[in-house]
Amino acid sequence: MQAYLGIDVGSVSTNLVIQDQAGKIIAGLYLRTKGRPVETIQAGLQQIVQLIPEQIQICGVGTTGSGRYLAGVMVGADAIKNEITAHAVAASHFIPQVQTILEIGGQDSKIIILRDGIVTDFAMNTVCAAGTGSFLDQQASRLGIPITEFGDLALESHNPVRIAGRCTVFAESDMIHKQQMGHPIPDIINGLCEALVRNYLNNIGKGKEILAPVVFQGGVAANTGIKMAFEKALGMEITVPPHHDVMGAIGAAMLAKEELIDTHKTTRFKGFSITGLTYRTSSFDCNGCPNSCEIAQIYEEDSIIGRWGARCPRWDIIQEG
Amino acid sequence: MRKVTFPHMGESYRAFKMLLNDLGNEVILPPRPSLKTLNLGVQYTPEFACFPLKVLMGTYLETIEKGANILVTTGGVGPCRAGLYAELHKKILHDLGLSIEMIVFEPPRLYPFNFIRNVHKLNSGRLSIKAIVDRIKKGWRKLQALDNAEKLTHIIRPRELKKGTTTQKYRQVLEWIDNANTTSDIIEAEAAALEELHKIPQDLGRLVVKVGIVGEIYVLLEPTANLEIEETLGNLGVEVERSMFLTGWARDNTWKETVEGMTVKDAAHPYLPELIGGHGRDSIGNTVLYAKRKFDGIIQLAPFTCIPEIVARTILPAVSKDYNIPVLTFFLDEQTGKAGMNTRLEAFVDLMKRKKFKKQHQANIWLPSEATN
Repeated sequence: MQAYLGIDVGSVSTNLVIQDQAGKIIAGLYLRTKGRPVETIQAGLQQIVQLIPEQIQICGVGTTGSGRYLAGVMVGADAIKNEITAHAVAASHFIPQVQTILEIGGQDSKIIILRDGIVTDFAMNTVCAAGTGSFLDQQASRLGIPITEFGDLALESHNPVRIAGRCTVFAESDMIHKQQMGHPIPDIINGLCEALVRNYLNNIGKGKEILAPVVFQGGVAANTGIKMAFEKALGMEITVPPHHDVMGAIGAAMLAKEELIDTHKTTRFKGFSITGLTYRTSSFDCNGCPNSCEIAQIYEEDSIIGRWGARCPRWDIIQEG
Repeated sequence: MRKVTFPHMGESYRAFKMLLNDLGNEVILPPRPSLKTLNLGVQYTPEFACFPLKVLMGTYLETIEKGANILVTTGGVGPCRAGLYAELHKKILHDLGLSIEMIVFEPPRLYPFNFIRNVHKLNSGRLSIKAIVDRIKKGWRKLQALDNAEKLTHIIRPRELKKGTTTQKYRQVLEWIDNANTTSDIIEAEAAALEELHKIPQDLGRLVVKVGIVGEIYVLLEPTANLEIEETLGNLGVEVERSMFLTGWARDNTWKETVEGMTVKDAAHPYLPELIGGHGRDSIGNTVLYAKRKFDGIIQLAPFTCIPEIVARTILPAVSKDYNIPVLTFFLDEQTGKAGMNTRLEAFVDLMKRKKFKKQHQANIWLPSEATN
């Protein structure tokens, strides 16, 4: 049986998905990147191969996320795509009529507007990480509450307190202030959820026409408190699709399939055996011009397979094929 | 000894160098803005000021280090603080104990005496008025040649068969124009340059989308300030048309090409009837004109904290909706990480290509004419 592999290497999580020809998800993994993308990709491949039947053959690979180029050269990807396109493709696969996608991940959040099945507008947070998963993580651990229970606690609140959501620094001091005043934790968490949603809609959603059906995906979509706050603020029902946490990877797998069908090529996937190879990264400052670009490179065993960070083609590696 | 320098703006330095040399001045070439320029600029300017102030400050300090003592720059009218930057730069440089002279050109039509006085100051070779006029005309011609070559690369780069050929050839032909020092040589070098660029092997059947670039002049004209966005877009298969060139060539053409013969000011009028300083109104007007010319998308470039462009940005969603054209805005600052910009550009290009592809397939009758464009 043939299947496609999708890998989404984000700042906080690395997700892998194996999808069959018909679009059904055979296996999905959500791992923490922990600042070590190379090791996490290897570990992910090792784990996912255990989850799938032996007769499955990978006939295409796509990568996405901020680590897409790194992952792409490591595994031999057929499609290396940005996460906005990947998320849009995956969402329209599950909910074909979708008109708005809200996506909140570890370090970034985005809104994607679709009309008649194609993306017509999008926005991504630029200057601030307020309202992303990392901040929720941080607050959950400060309060000693597992992140998985964080959202459910918000549902117990009857009287959310107002938290300043504009900036994480302000939000945190506001939360501490409310906690020292004696407000119950569920009300504070609910207040935080509402503040983050307010921030999201004011910044990312500014000037965008949010029409139903609205899909909410990304790691933070698991947080029921945020989902509820979105529904309250928008006054409409929000759908959290199954596999909401690995939608980027699903999109990458689908884009790989599309690419191979369009180009009539066969996959460049190097196989699951790469988990046994040694990868090493290094960096140096180029002294070719006053720009002093910081060049990062990755070695597979002893050969360089990728380089990044240059503002000119001097350090480009000619890709075969 | 008088040594003259000026701000770095794309390739325009080649024309200014020739003109100032012709007037009998020794010229210190402004280096291409680099990490060093930024570090110097950021150190000696207010933190909240916009990006152009910082880059220019860095450029001045670098050129002064090389011996420059006369800085030639432009002022400006209207409510944009950039018009006052020359005075601020002068103040900061004097505070640093650097004795430099600053020659500030205001718009010549509004301030003719300022123009004549400044030209006189730079006329070290004591040229006659007729000779000066000839030299200025020749400098202008060189500027046009440089702009024309750049404009052609914007059309060829997205269609080149081998990635990087256009950029490489462009570097080469720029030197030809640079070395031409008489009007006839400039015209000849320009023709040779355009011919050489036309020789680049192209794939004419490729699906190419067209993007109009609008925004604030400095970040539009200096590629290092916009992280070489035009080159990046070209490599993604996008033909770009910039709304602003120093010679204003594009603008004249934009007027003529529009069906209704609209000016940028007219086009912006329903959305913004006032001049708000900087290029805010131009950003809106040009977006309307590009939309009328059936472009696939608009990219707005603005320095972080630029008020005119912030105003334009808040109005652009309305234009985008009325004309059904996607608009993407980048606020640029000293941050040099290109990854974030690339992700957004890739997604924007995907958006436009998918939309165009769908449109072509819905109306197959339009395909032949689109393909010949």
